[in-house]
Amino acid sequence: MKDQIIAVTVLGHDRPGIVADVTGALGDLHGNLEDSTMTLLRGHFAMVLLVHTGASASAVEAALRPLCVDGSLVINARLLGDPALSEVHGPSYALRVHGADRPGIVATITSVVARHGANIVDLGTRLVGGLYVLTAELELPKEASAVGLEAELQGAAGELGVEVQLSVIDDDLL
Amino acid sequence: MNPGIIAWTMPGLPAGTTRPVVCAPDPVLSMPGRDVDPSEAATIELVADLLATQLVSPGCVGLAAQQVGVAARVFSLDVSGHVKTRTCHGLFALCNAVVVSSSRRQRGREGCMSVPDFTGDVARGQRLVVRGQLPLTGQWVQVATDGFEAVALQHEIDHTNGLLFLDRVNGPHGIHPRRTYL
Repeated sequence: MKDQIIAVTVLGHDRPGIVADVTGALGDLHGNLEDSTMTLLRGHFAMVLLVHTGASASAVEAALRPLCVDGSLVINARLLGDPALSEVHGPSYALRVHGADRPGIVATITSVVARHGANIVDLGTRLVGGLYVLTAELELPKEASAVGLEAELQGAAGELGVEVQLSVIDDDLL
Repeated sequence: MNPGIIAWTMPGLPAGTTRPVVCAPDPVLSMPGRDVDPSEAATIELVADLLATQLVSPGCVGLAAQQVGVAARVFSLDVSGHVKTRTCHGLFALCNAVVVSSSRRQRGREGCMSVPDFTGDVARGQRLVVRGQLPLTGQWVQVATDGFEAVALQHEIDHTNGLLFLDRVNGPHGIHPRRTYL
C-alpha cells in the first residue's frame, strides 16, 4: 500500500502521558507525525494528528485500540483525500472578541467573517466565570476590505453586547 | 543616531563575493558563534561577503555569519527604507555584538531567509542598546535604536548565538506557514 495521510482524532479525560502513548503507538506503525494540534479543553485532552503512513486507517485504529479499552479515550482514524487549496491569498488579521457569555457569539461573528470571504486559519475560545473570549486568525482575500469587515463585525458585536478587535498581522522578513 | 556607526563607511573593505544562504535544519544555524578578531583578514572577508550576499537577496535586511555557514559572531544589517523603520543607522556590520539593554517588549511576526517556509510570533524589545565592534578597525561602538531596527538587531544577534526565531516563539500557536501574496 502506498503511503498516505491518515487523520487521527483523540479525545479523552486528561492525564499525563496521552501524547506519549498515542504517538508511541503510531511510531510502532512506522507512521510519521506531520501537522498536529493538541490542547486541553476543560479537563479533556483533544488531539488532531496527520500521520504519514503505509498502514490503513483501520490498521491505525487497531493499533490505538488498547489505549481506549478503559473508556478514557475515544480515538478515530480516517484516510484524508487531497487537501483543499485555499483561494484566499490576502493579508492575515488577528480577531479578538470578549464579553458576557451567551449563545450565538461564535456563529454570529464567524458568519460575518464568511460573508466577507475571509478564511479562518486558527480559532480558539475560552469560557471562564461567565466571560467568553474568542481569538482567531483570518486570511482576507486581497480584494476584500478590512474596513468593511471591521465595521460589520462592530455592528454584530454591538448586537451581541461583546467587544471585537481586528488588527492586521504583518510578516517582518529579516 | 550613533556617531560611531555613522562615521563608519566600510573603509578599505575588499569587494565581497556572494555566498549561498543555508537553511534550517542545517546544524550551523544552531552553533553559537566564536568571538572574532575584527581586523583579521578572514573576518573582513566574511563581512564583505555578508554585505554582498545581503545586497543581492531581495527583502533581506540583515545576514549573520551562521546563515552563510560560519559559526562566528558577525552580522550585517541595513533597514533603510523599510516601512516600519524609525531610527536607522544605515548599512553596517558588527562583530562580537551583545545586547546591553532591551525594553518595551512587543510581539511581532518574523520570517527569516534561513527558515523560508515558516513565520513565528516573537516578542522583542522595541527599545534597544547594543554594543559591538566595527570590522576592520575593531572600534567598540554602542548602538541605541528602536522599532524595526531594534527587532532586526535582536534577530541577527540571536543568529550569532546560534538561535533562530523558532527558539523564541510564543506558544504552540506561534508558528505559521509562510505565505506570499505580494
